[in-house]
Amino acid sequence: MTGAVVTGALAALGRPVLSALAAFGRVAIYAAQTISHLVRPPFYTREFLSALLHVGWLSLPVVGLTAIFTGGALALQIYAGGQRFNAEAVVPQIVAIGMVRELGPVLVGLMIAARVTSSIAAEIATMKVTEQIDALVTLSTNPMKYLTVPRVLAGTLTVPLLVAVGDVIGIMGGFLVATGQLGFNKATYIQTTLDFLESADVISSLAKGAVFGFIATLIGCYHGMASGRGAMGVGGATKTAVAAASILILAANFLLTSVMFTP
Amino acid sequence: MIELSGVTKSFGSKQVLRGIDLRLDKGQSLVVIGGSGTGKSVLLKCILGLVRPDEGLITLEGQNVLTAEREAFLARFGMLFQGGALFDSLRVWENVAFRLMRGPLKRPKDEAREIAVEKLRRVGLGPETADLFPAELSGGMQKRVGLARAIAAEPEIIFFDEPTTGLDPIMAGVINALIREIVTEMGATAITITHDMTSVRAIADRVAMLHDGLIRWNGPVGEMDSTPDPYVQQFIHGRATGPIAAVR
Repeated sequence: MTGAVVTGALAALGRPVLSALAAFGRVAIYAAQTISHLVRPPFYTREFLSALLHVGWLSLPVVGLTAIFTGGALALQIYAGGQRFNAEAVVPQIVAIGMVRELGPVLVGLMIAARVTSSIAAEIATMKVTEQIDALVTLSTNPMKYLTVPRVLAGTLTVPLLVAVGDVIGIMGGFLVATGQLGFNKATYIQTTLDFLESADVISSLAKGAVFGFIATLIGCYHGMASGRGAMGVGGATKTAVAAASILILAANFLLTSVMFTP
Repeated sequence: MIELSGVTKSFGSKQVLRGIDLRLDKGQSLVVIGGSGTGKSVLLKCILGLVRPDEGLITLEGQNVLTAEREAFLARFGMLFQGGALFDSLRVWENVAFRLMRGPLKRPKDEAREIAVEKLRRVGLGPETADLFPAELSGGMQKRVGLARAIAAEPEIIFFDEPTTGLDPIMAGVINALIREIVTEMGATAITITHDMTSVRAIADRVAMLHDGLIRWNGPVGEMDSTPDPYVQQFIHGRATGPIAAVR
């Protein structure tokens, strides 16, 4: 009797672990297939350009607004915290390093997960439900090449640029608050920021952006393709894609930060 | 030309196809009839390789469809999907000319558009529809665009999944006549799935009835009305009582 209870408990524990590992394996295989298709023709230029527009250009407003408010809030927080030990002057340095190394890439990644991953997952899931994916196959077109590769490539290339824009706008948000509200000198603020930032900070920011862009678009495509039937299937695929992309982005951020900045 | 032997397919615990044996010769038009959920669409998808059968063999001119070179194999087919399955992000003419704008059949854009407009005309749609998006069309128009897309590259084999569902009787008649004309004119081999007995009589050379995962009856359309098979008789006369349970 006790043996059965223990076995049952272990089985209950093992099932979700096995399920999670299987899901991870499927995503890894999907990622490997996507990468292998990146270097094999045919290439769908029009779909790639369209993905560049949707992933990159049309995400600029949300990225800009997120960054400017975050930069402003960060300046206020650092100033208030710094006052406790007479270190108010570090606002430009901490805003710069905080935005470029962490907040810029992570917030842009999460915004892309919210805006782009959801949109890709919903679009592809709807295509699956309405047999458009089957139609692509019957028209001798590989859905992975036509739908996944252009989106993933666009995400990997444009999100670093969005991160760069987010970093600059975030620092600008801190600058506006610091010089407009906290009494910092404009020229000194800019000079301090430029002096303090190192090229390694910027490179790490862009590298994180590329990884987050890859994750956000890949997960959107994967869950769209793996969608269930009907409206519930589309909704479920979208929800799961956003949650999975957000968690993976945060996990990847920790790993990358560990690799890049552990002394 | 197309031969299925012992094809089975299950989804989870539900066995949809339980051993399909079917043969279709070149240039013939076969209509598959049967109740909803009996696996008619799965049968077509198995032939196309969109769904992999659990057991059995499907051959096209003697070659196993699962081992055939995919692009060359699929280039021989055209398919009209039940809901049209048009690509929302592309204009109508781009949907029709999809195959003509990429891959081995690629043509210059102007030529592809010209062919698309001509195919649209064949299915009764004017050139003004060419630049619309699928969402701007009625269900019937979407179906006709789907039909134009299926025939755009003049394939040897065409599958029609419920071609007249959702159409008014006049448009259904137009589509039936068009399918018959395409099959006769292009010499194409066709498999059509339908519940519409008017379509069956207009399109079919042969009829196969699928029930409970098996081909219950298969024969020339001219023999359909006189067959004593109670399943066929119940189905073609739409009787509520008979060997096919109304609640399935």
